[in-house]
Amino acid sequence: MIWLRERAVLVSAVILAVVVLAAIPRLAEPYYITLVLPAFAYGIALLGFNLLFGYTGLLSFGHALFVAIGAYGAAVLSSKLGVRSFELIVLIAGLAAVTAAIPVALLAVRYVRIFFGILTLAFGMLFHSFLFKFYDITGGDTGIRVLRPSLFGNDFKELDKIAFMIGPFYYYCLALLVVLGLVMWRIVHSPFGLHLAAIRENPRKAQYLGVRVRLFRFIAFLISAFYCAVGGAILAINTGQADPELAYWTHSGELVFMTVLGGFANFFGPLVGAFSFIFLKSELMGATQYWRFFLGVTLVLIVVLFPRGLIGLAQDLWSKARRR
Amino acid sequence: MTAFFDILIGGVFHAAVLFLVAAGLQLVFGVQKIVNLACGSFYALGAYFGISSVNWAIAAGLPPVSFLPVLVASGVLLGVIGPFIEALLRTVYHRDEAFQLLLTFALVLMFQDVLRFFWGANPQQLGNLSMVYGKIAIGAVQVPTYNVLVILASVLIAVGIGAFLQRTRFGRILRATAENREMSEALGVNVRRIYASVFTLGTVLGTVGGALVVPTAAASLDIPVELVVEAFAVVVIGGLGSMRGALAGALIVGLMRAAAISFYAELEILAIYLVVIVVLIARPAGLFGKPVE
Repeated sequence: MIWLRERAVLVSAVILAVVVLAAIPRLAEPYYITLVLPAFAYGIALLGFNLLFGYTGLLSFGHALFVAIGAYGAAVLSSKLGVRSFELIVLIAGLAAVTAAIPVALLAVRYVRIFFGILTLAFGMLFHSFLFKFYDITGGDTGIRVLRPSLFGNDFKELDKIAFMIGPFYYYCLALLVVLGLVMWRIVHSPFGLHLAAIRENPRKAQYLGVRVRLFRFIAFLISAFYCAVGGAILAINTGQADPELAYWTHSGELVFMTVLGGFANFFGPLVGAFSFIFLKSELMGATQYWRFFLGVTLVLIVVLFPRGLIGLAQDLWSKARRR
Repeated sequence: MTAFFDILIGGVFHAAVLFLVAAGLQLVFGVQKIVNLACGSFYALGAYFGISSVNWAIAAGLPPVSFLPVLVASGVLLGVIGPFIEALLRTVYHRDEAFQLLLTFALVLMFQDVLRFFWGANPQQLGNLSMVYGKIAIGAVQVPTYNVLVILASVLIAVGIGAFLQRTRFGRILRATAENREMSEALGVNVRRIYASVFTLGTVLGTVGGALVVPTAAASLDIPVELVVEAFAVVVIGGLGSMRGALAGALIVGLMRAAAISFYAELEILAIYLVVIVVLIARPAGLFGKPVE
């Protein structure tokens, strides 16, 4: 049976990827390893974002808002409230994002397309200006410090920051990515996920068939907010600081960029996109001070020539090779 | 009383400049259904190029009083980039809105470094050049003549655009294309040329707006990304695609900004976004826009 073989290929590819990622701390220099952590963070965030964009068809230009909530949640919990357990931080930051997402989603899912984008952009910038202006609560433009969390109650006091980041924390985040990835896989392959695809393709028809369009969009929105917050928490712990620029609309734009770079029509696209973007950006920043220009050019090329992203490109090359 | 008047003039001045950018956005959205995230970048380009033009003009010996026409001319001159960018956007017209947005976002990224390349990372300004025009007395208060001139210019342009759209043949064709592209094409309209012209016009409105504002504000690399949010606030409040909406929205945002800065600076930006959200909830079409589903 063909589908069984494709499944086997897929599963082995994923296992291979996980093994490679797990081996990186042994093989690569600390510099590259410190790039992989943000890639994990964005990978998780984008899994959530793409539930809303790729699967439900709603393009949000304000999802950096939830990444920022995750980051500031981790910051406030660790440095102001003394909560050091990473499990608690992830959970609480995620729930905080979901709570914040409820009013946003309630309003936003009533609209589609450009209005949805503008509304989410407005909410994102609202949060940004709140973070920026209310110095007493949010630390203004400097933000709030984020302290090292404890993993499963273990402080790892004997390790310095770098050793902690490329050691226990790295593996923890990799595991978190795998677990959350599995959960998202189940979500998109469940009836709920199929309903989302129906809503994306033809909302009116879906509604006619009895699908509760607004409710499902709302739920997808909340789930995406949770994932973004988890990503944000990891980001903040990695850099040690939560700052307001995490909520700026251009950061939301980068989330979309990464998703489309990898390929938004594929489950693994956002993950590929997160890793590719982080490394691309890092290399460009090292090569020229005009890296934004070349990032822009990359985006132009993707949009015009490779709209299905890197995964789409790979699929095209693969099917061309098989035809030979 | 003078304080109130200062706020009023300041707000209307800001509104005048915002109107130009918003009008550009509305034109492009109305006809081509594209939301141009790079409108702020055009504005900033106009600002930077305006500063350079004025400096060149003065170095070439022109009297300082001539800087207003120089600014307007430099803004119009920048319109040459319009057709090129439109040609790029042409590749995604038939595609999903998301790609159009992303393409304009890519332009934002690229423009950031283009501006940085030509003018550096430090903010630039023209100093007190606007004072060359002196102050004019309106009633009991003194206002800088330059601000009044810009407001008048903006009003003239608004009236001009209105007349152009309503009275001229080209304007009617534009409105027809905005209403129903396929039908216009079927009736023989060269939609490609229309799109190129409209986009160039929208670009010029943005660059002229930026050029006009430089005597009173600095040109910095933050402008492209910051202005987008304000411009969006204007078109949302006014209604996407409506010129009257651009005018109304610009006035509302401009005056609110001026009032907020004077009374409670922290609320300044927050107030604008809150109004945007309230408008989107209560009347998503904005004040003058067409109702949506």
